[in-house]
Amino acid sequence: MRVLAAMSGGVDSAVAAARAVAAGHDVTGVHLALARNPQTYRTGARGCCTLEDSRDARRAADVIGIPFYVWDMADRFHADVVDDFVAEYAAGRTPNPCLRCNEKIKFAAVLDRAVALGFDAVVTGHHARLGPDGLLRRSVDLAKDQSYVLAVLTRAQLDRSIFPLGDSTKAQVREEAARRGLAVADKPDSHDICFIADGDTRGFLAGRLGEAPGDVVDALTGAVVGSHTGAYAYTVGQRRGLHLDRPAPDGRPRYVLSITPKTNTVTVGPAEALEVSSVRAERPVWTAGARPAGPFGCEVQLRAHGDVVPATVELTGDTLRAELRRPVRGVAAGQAVVAYRPDPAGDVVLGSATITG
Amino acid sequence: MAYLDHAATTPMLDEALAAYLAAAREVGNASALHAAGRRARRRVEESRERVAAALGARPSEVIFTGGGTESDNLAVKGIFWARRSASPGRRRVVSSAVEHHAVLDAVDWLVDHEGAEVGWLPVDAAGRLAPEALRAELAAHGDGVAVVTAMWANNEVGTLQPVAALAAVAAEYGVPFHTDAIQAVGQVPVDFAASGVSALTVTGHKLGGPAGVGALLLARDVAATPLLHGGGQERDVRSGTLDTAGIVAFAVAVEAAVKGQQEYAARVAALRDDLVERVRYAVPEVVFNGDPADRLPGNAHFSFPGCEGDALLLLLDAQGIACSTGSACSAGVAQPSHVLIAMGADDDRARSSLRFTLGHTSTQADIDALVTALPAAVDRARRAAALRTPR
Repeated sequence: MRVLAAMSGGVDSAVAAARAVAAGHDVTGVHLALARNPQTYRTGARGCCTLEDSRDARRAADVIGIPFYVWDMADRFHADVVDDFVAEYAAGRTPNPCLRCNEKIKFAAVLDRAVALGFDAVVTGHHARLGPDGLLRRSVDLAKDQSYVLAVLTRAQLDRSIFPLGDSTKAQVREEAARRGLAVADKPDSHDICFIADGDTRGFLAGRLGEAPGDVVDALTGAVVGSHTGAYAYTVGQRRGLHLDRPAPDGRPRYVLSITPKTNTVTVGPAEALEVSSVRAERPVWTAGARPAGPFGCEVQLRAHGDVVPATVELTGDTLRAELRRPVRGVAAGQAVVAYRPDPAGDVVLGSATITG
Repeated sequence: MAYLDHAATTPMLDEALAAYLAAAREVGNASALHAAGRRARRRVEESRERVAAALGARPSEVIFTGGGTESDNLAVKGIFWARRSASPGRRRVVSSAVEHHAVLDAVDWLVDHEGAEVGWLPVDAAGRLAPEALRAELAAHGDGVAVVTAMWANNEVGTLQPVAALAAVAAEYGVPFHTDAIQAVGQVPVDFAASGVSALTVTGHKLGGPAGVGALLLARDVAATPLLHGGGQERDVRSGTLDTAGIVAFAVAVEAAVKGQQEYAARVAALRDDLVERVRYAVPEVVFNGDPADRLPGNAHFSFPGCEGDALLLLLDAQGIACSTGSACSAGVAQPSHVLIAMGADDDRARSSLRFTLGHTSTQADIDALVTALPAAVDRARRAAALRTPR
């Protein structure tokens, strides 16, 4: 097949591209330029937007021996990922930009362009399994598993995707990179949001949304217990950085329970008030194929690297409801609920939807 | 492989490569006083005389440099500094909107860091400068102008500039005139003295010599403040141990390129005309850029409406055809060409462009390969570009 390898400049995508070559594909490497001004992101070997990453990707492509180009996706990325990220926070939700980037950029804008240019599929370095049965499964390396951020992909998108790393641990990938002479073998993993180079999400949002002072209200008493400079900067389940004026009547720690953009209010309460045993979500995607006919048992994951809980999922129209077998804390609107079917050969992604409440 | 990117770099001539290897086997710093040093010095000075003779300059006017970018920087900054220190009121640089970045960015740097003013001369739709525009500029600012710089031939669209006429206008106002002739030497007749310019950039690897060696021809009455300080080589204007082997090979290549220019230009222009005709037949909507007649013999530059140049480049590359989008890169991201924008093209047309450049190794088979691969590539690139519209 003629395949396009998306190369971030990191070790995973470099090894994925090398494996695609080894598998006999005709591989072309592409680095996505996502920052409007690459200079401003020139902070070192992190994220996906720096000039250094672009050079690392090019160097890896040279070593692997494949053609390499840079595709400018900055406008699409800003419209579909960055602006969406800001709008979601402004609406009191907690978005996952990696998931959005997979849905809108890597497996949409990039994949569509690749197909138009005559490529059959896109190869990425995501840690997830996608075998001949077409099912998306967790990576063998559960600590690095990225099936959660791929669960938004449709059948059609997955049919044109190749994830060569799902059967390997991160340690094995690094070992292989070193064996193949790829200089990125020891490059640190990226953790932060790539378009927020300094990791200061609150500062980034404040720069985009401005300051909007408001009240922090206790859910139990209704009393104003503090103030904030922008409700958008808070996430459900957050405990640190609340700066409350006075301790709670019961003397126990307070957590963010909800954010109400309309009144610019952050509501706080005790940990147990965070517990949720029913989750509602919209925009479902049935990764594994046909839409389920009735309620079904499965396991659900409610945020990246979050706990997995048994649940019963039911679909009514385009609204999904998951009844959790045990309560979970810190479920934030805007995150995805991903349904898995436990499987000894790797838990299978059944589908996903965006949490609304 | 069909190599259609000779304007980026062209293969070394056999005689230049042989001369390089022979010289590189010898030891001797051309500044040393012993016999080995004298032998190196002799090779350098013979090369200087060959370059001077080929380009209509005096040997003392040839300053060897590390290539085109250095020569351009030395001319623009060096003449600016020297003229301003002679008369502090002279701090204006006059240049054109279609220069190579080696000139553009040097001018911008002077503006940002040295308090320079700049007058940008416009071009017409063919990318051509008008001597009258320079006259108007100098009439308005003549006393305050430190240097005028305008290229001999455009590296993207191939348009030749009326250099002699421009230099004559600058001379009337007593302002030094520099020209970047990197794309011109060996392609069209270039004579330093006859052209009336004060400074001229030439580089090795565009005419069959090695990369990393070139020269600035600098008239004896024009001063330039050095960029590089050190051992005082090259009239004290360009310090640094002379690259004897590189200079020898450069001189051989310049001499050969100039000597063979007419025959070369006739052969390559015929191939180029065939390329243009067949590309137009294969892709009728194509727009041919640059001056249709007054252009470099090996340059064909097109806009492909509805396509993105970088997609076309990828598709042609996959078919073994090397060409260029001719645009500047930062982190490899293609910017729309400032040359086409200056010629009045919109962003889409600028981004839809490709440059094909022929050289001394070009054959009919290169053009056959291009014309065979092009229609399918254009078709695919068009489908890909259509995706840009939000759905």
